[in-house]
Amino acid sequence: MEAIRSVVNTLSSPTIFFSLSVILFIAMFTFRKWVEPRYAALIVAGAVIFFAASMFDSDFRLIVTKPDNVPIAGMLFLVGFFSWVGLKQAFENDGRIAQGLGPAEKDETEQKVLVWPDLVYSEFICLIILSVVLLAWAILLQAPTEEPANLTRSPNPSKAPWYFLGLQEMLVYFDPWLAGVVFPSLIILGLMAIPYIDVNSRGNGYYTFRLSEFIYVKWLPNLGYKGGLPKFWLWREIWGMLLVIAYFMLPPPILARTAFRRFFEKMGFIRYNVMVFLLLFMIALPIKMYLRWAFNLKYIVAINEFFFNI
Amino acid sequence: MADKPTWPMGFIRETQIWKSVFRHGKPVDPRNRALAVISNVFLHLHPVRIRKSGLRMRFTWCMGGTTFFLFLVLTFTGLMLMFYYRPTVEYARADIVDLREQVAFGVMREIHRWGAHAMVITVWLHMLRVFLTGSYKPPREFNWTIGVMLLVLTLLLSFTGYLLPWDQLAIWAITVGSNMARATPLLGHEGPGASLLRLGDIPLVHAADDARFALIGGRFIGEMTLLRFYVLHCVGIPLVAAILMAVHFWRVRKDGGISGPL
Repeated sequence: MEAIRSVVNTLSSPTIFFSLSVILFIAMFTFRKWVEPRYAALIVAGAVIFFAASMFDSDFRLIVTKPDNVPIAGMLFLVGFFSWVGLKQAFENDGRIAQGLGPAEKDETEQKVLVWPDLVYSEFICLIILSVVLLAWAILLQAPTEEPANLTRSPNPSKAPWYFLGLQEMLVYFDPWLAGVVFPSLIILGLMAIPYIDVNSRGNGYYTFRLSEFIYVKWLPNLGYKGGLPKFWLWREIWGMLLVIAYFMLPPPILARTAFRRFFEKMGFIRYNVMVFLLLFMIALPIKMYLRWAFNLKYIVAINEFFFNI
Repeated sequence: MADKPTWPMGFIRETQIWKSVFRHGKPVDPRNRALAVISNVFLHLHPVRIRKSGLRMRFTWCMGGTTFFLFLVLTFTGLMLMFYYRPTVEYARADIVDLREQVAFGVMREIHRWGAHAMVITVWLHMLRVFLTGSYKPPREFNWTIGVMLLVLTLLLSFTGYLLPWDQLAIWAITVGSNMARATPLLGHEGPGASLLRLGDIPLVHAADDARFALIGGRFIGEMTLLRFYVLHCVGIPLVAAILMAVHFWRVRKDGGISGPL
């Protein structure tokens, strides 16, 4: 038992866990066999057994059964299930399209049915089931009520609501102005921009996935050095600033001539640059994570005078 | 097939009251089924006919509808809670405890809390479905944008509601969450560039007028924060969300109904 526990602990250290998740995420689209029901069932069984076995660990049980953490545990399974539902149909459709058939949904697109009774009744059934689920959830599990608020006694750890945990974790790698303000804003704007950036008009209205191009991330050289730094912030941080500027200015034109040539031609100047800019921001997070783990690098630009640290 | 009026429905359908409310016959033939939808302001959110592919649970996951249903449930239970909950430092937590212990199973508060968590999850899943089916592509780009705004509003609703029980969990979650606002570039007193905004020796952006101050209505989480979050949670954000939902649903129909391969 102790041996298993130490293996799990090692695997879930941030460095290994993050790297493994990235590999698994890519593998999910490369080895498509897993969506077949028998393999998917095996994965579910494995996950359930692992989850159940973990419950024997008192710390894990304490965390999972904390009422406010129940949605997180539930979401793990829900996201897994719906990813399977979506990707299974996507891979099947990709196969059909490769054979020259249309997507599976197409057979039923031309047929129209009356909303009353077909849709209205399904909605009514969903409504009843959902009401039952909500009532059962509400009766079986009590929502948390802790001690009265007290600003002078901070709990350890103090946590944002669970759906903001990802943002809170970014604080480890970036200063609050980036992790708490700029990145969330960019995530929202980036999500809104998706339909305007994506110029591929195919794949509309049916599940599909076609792995097009991989993006290779170039490692940033480590420029962090200590001792004998100039006093004035501009001279002190000039290399870091140039590096950050270069990070955002150089890849777009270079990629436009090499790996992303097709994107650039299809999308046009503005769409292309917005996409690469958002992509670079996205990749900045894992880059900084690995820089921290590998070189214990905290900032690329550190101007504490104006709270301007990157 | 001619319907023989059966008692009691057949009788009720013939009364003047029923006929004044429902301006169509029994929905058993195409004409009356169409009328049942278009002559009802609520059902009228739907078109009369939809693609059969859009009816499939494996296509829609019913997630958009689930999210809307949860919004309605939260509106109803929230209204019930508003009768008893007082947003003051003195009473807030005691009222929440009362709502749990004096109501059977504390059911209104529990449904409101868990329904809120569920809504955050279903919004994400709805987005995942729309993304995987490429349904954000033209002509539905604008509706995706509205959807992202609704996602942000859902998170804000949940975030503002998190403070209202006024217990340790609430106050520290909001402390952690709102501390970020201090670091807003230019607008937060610990944000980059804020210290550059000054007139002589007087800083223009400081702890008592920056973005965080505007968010929590003070330098610390307190009475003003509770009232501010309560008003936003019960009136401000739901109102905006309801308006955007109206646009969202209307645009689903105007942009060609539920997506499908053409």
